[in-house]
Amino acid sequence: MSKGHEVVEKNVGLMAVLIIAVISVAGLVQIVPLFFAAETTQPVEGVEPYEPLEFAGRDIYVREGCYGCHSQMIRPFRAETERYGHYSVAGEFVYDRPFQWGSKRTGPDLARVGGLYSDLWHEIHLLNPRDVVPESNMPAYPWLAERELDGEQVARRMRAQQRWLGVPYTDEQIENAAGDVDGKTEMEAIIAYLQGLGTAIEHRR
Amino acid sequence: MSSFWNWYIGIIAVANILACVWLIRWTAKKRPDERAAHETTGHEWDGLTELNNPMPRWWLWLFYATIVFGLIYMVLYPSFGSYQGLLGWSQYSEWEQEVAETEERVAPLFEEYAEIPIPELAQHSDAMQTGRRLFDNNCAVCHGVDGGGRPGFPNIANNVWNWGGEPEQIYTSILDGRRGNMPALGDALGEDGLEQVAAYTFSLSGRDAPEELVSAGEELYQQRCAACHQADGSGNPAMGAPNLTDDNWMYGGSLEAIKTSIREGRRGVMPAQKDLLGEDRVHVLAAYVYSLSMDERDAETNGEETADAGGNE
Repeated sequence: MSKGHEVVEKNVGLMAVLIIAVISVAGLVQIVPLFFAAETTQPVEGVEPYEPLEFAGRDIYVREGCYGCHSQMIRPFRAETERYGHYSVAGEFVYDRPFQWGSKRTGPDLARVGGLYSDLWHEIHLLNPRDVVPESNMPAYPWLAERELDGEQVARRMRAQQRWLGVPYTDEQIENAAGDVDGKTEMEAIIAYLQGLGTAIEHRR
Repeated sequence: MSSFWNWYIGIIAVANILACVWLIRWTAKKRPDERAAHETTGHEWDGLTELNNPMPRWWLWLFYATIVFGLIYMVLYPSFGSYQGLLGWSQYSEWEQEVAETEERVAPLFEEYAEIPIPELAQHSDAMQTGRRLFDNNCAVCHGVDGGGRPGFPNIANNVWNWGGEPEQIYTSILDGRRGNMPALGDALGEDGLEQVAAYTFSLSGRDAPEELVSAGEELYQQRCAACHQADGSGNPAMGAPNLTDDNWMYGGSLEAIKTSIREGRRGVMPAQKDLLGEDRVHVLAAYVYSLSMDERDAETNGEETADAGGNE
């Protein structure tokens, strides 16, 4: 064995630098270019930043940990597209911060649940899933119907998305947001969010 | 992706592979001042010494083999930015192929089914197995696995139909969806009026209600409700106005439920399946739904023939 080998082994600082150099290669090749690719940063046609009510609903979706059981990522396999619709594409998620792709399906994928069921169905289902699907093991979320949104807070969150995360909300949208959602229930918000999911792409099964 | 990123990815990837080659050669090569095989490194711990043998050749060749594999892979599959690879593989083309293969197999079947009229198709056992699976995947969530419905979602396994039970009507209901339009009448009627109309509606199905409420309610009913539900309460499938004289209540038939329906209105929505499933699959589904109520239809037809009396449907 060479002396160079010994130098690296006996010098922890140098070894750390070399290890970082080696393991960052994959990231440099696979991740960094995607930050600049239009495919991943430009919305597909029809995808707009979330309306205030949908936006508030999305936060509730995150808060309740829906993604622990529901993915929002349809993979390009026939078995998936047959059941859930057109496979997901990167441009659909550009305003999702953080994204809700998930990695586990205890319940079905929700990437294209928008328009699939009526608002009433969602309401009954969220209050007690077994009222419409007797076999369901999803928990009930009755408090959603009781709790009201705080418009100011929703507007502030939208402001943060605009300022720090680059979501192109106009100032006017944010100013009107509080009035739009104030006093609405969390139930209305999450249903608005769910009904908009994945509707930008035509999704014949 | 811009050409800069193509080069960026390509150069780093190739440089990485070359670096691996260099690393293996560098660590495997003997230096002039190095000791011969079976020499020790000179380290010693309580009499234990460390051999400093070169790596076995076969082991070294495995490293080179993986590098060759990697290079071949990069030529065949997409690996340099937007370079598509010699095989032209992509996950989307693979998906398209998978879908096309299946479609080739099932499309002729659905086309064949599309030619068969719905009542006839409803007795076609293969088609109905397909229909059952389509129903379980797409319809059972609201209408129940048996089609028996849930409060707010109609029972489609019996022969009572808000939007009509003729084959074409069922087909249209599934294909284009339906949108219920019972307006909220709470404000217009006031609390007293609501009480009266609800009592009258309650009495339409042959149940007892306070006489004075019923007679007052009838007058209001004829003004406000008869346009859709008909003067006799038999309903109008063209508008999805349900028959109020039978004991089928989509939103519940208790006095309280009837009051809620009148006060707040009901706007049930059947989502259109045209863009989701397409005409041919909807045709099979319509036949399946039709088949659910076939026994009841037959019984009613026979009943009418034997009794020679007008049915109540």
